[in-house]
Amino acid sequence: MSTTPFTLIDQGQPHQIDATTKGSTLRLATEPLLEALGWTQKTEGLCQGDICIPIANRPDLITQDGVDLVALGELLGRPIALDSDESTASIGEETAANTTLLADGIAPDFTLPDLSGKQHTLSSFRGKKVLLIAYASW
Amino acid sequence: MWQALSEELGDKGFVPITVAFDESPEAARPYIEKANPQHPSLIDTEHVVAHRYGMINVPTVVWIDEDGKIARPSTAEYGTDTFVQFHGRESGPFLDAVRAWVNTGEVQTDETVPSHMPAPTADEELARAEWALAWFLHQQGKSEAAAQHFERAGELSPDDWTIRRGSMPIQGQNPMGPEFFELFKDWEARGKTTYASMAAERKN
Repeated sequence: MSTTPFTLIDQGQPHQIDATTKGSTLRLATEPLLEALGWTQKTEGLCQGDICIPIANRPDLITQDGVDLVALGELLGRPIALDSDESTASIGEETAANTTLLADGIAPDFTLPDLSGKQHTLSSFRGKKVLLIAYASW
Repeated sequence: MWQALSEELGDKGFVPITVAFDESPEAARPYIEKANPQHPSLIDTEHVVAHRYGMINVPTVVWIDEDGKIARPSTAEYGTDTFVQFHGRESGPFLDAVRAWVNTGEVQTDETVPSHMPAPTADEELARAEWALAWFLHQQGKSEAAAQHFERAGELSPDDWTIRRGSMPIQGQNPMGPEFFELFKDWEARGKTTYASMAAERKN
């Protein structure tokens, strides 16, 4: 089976993972892909901590050639943007996770650098009233 | 302005955090150095905050309370009246509302303030993934491939200026130039008026 190098971007970070394509199905090497996304394959299915998603009813999701990336995106509720010519894809955030936080009125956490490169995390300002102001030079 | 507000209210447990949706620290540097802020003034090249908070334009302001809860959802607000003739949203009532919140805990709202943060749609989520792909390809020097995905992101989320206008400087376009007027015409053609009124429209 011939493989080609592929780049998957997750939350701004590129991961280099081997890929195979059969017909229109793109598969990425199982172990590195699951590790990059923080999932483990167990007998229960795909697991992240205590949470497992059964995959027994999806025999085509993971084969010896790897994981069907588009099908995995659907299973996890994460959108996939793909550029086949450039062998690059981007996996979006889990739609339901953001929706739940916002619906419960919880401010999603984030960590970002200032001009000097120092990292600041929203949740470290608990106990203060924060005015979050987004702007741009454009 | 935010620095002045920070000095005025800082000892009452208040902190402004600014986030720049710019393509590089260098693009934001002149603005930050001019303001010389003592509060966190952050750079968000990947638009992480835009995504997590469903922000579709700038400026967008969210109030977050001591427990990390959203006290007042996203609105278009301005710290000064420099461009008030374009957006029609005066800074005075907003700044007074912030002072009241810090001093008394009372959250004042008006017709522009939504009751909750609107959840992103599936298309908006996919638009963000397309934008991230485009931004990565652009940084790899693959501008032509990137342009297709910037375009696709804009088609999926046509009201999102962080995607449509935010990609202009990246692609070497002038965000105040012809491409911006094209975007503005398209936006008006879909019945939009000002950014502040658009925010109100998203109320439900």
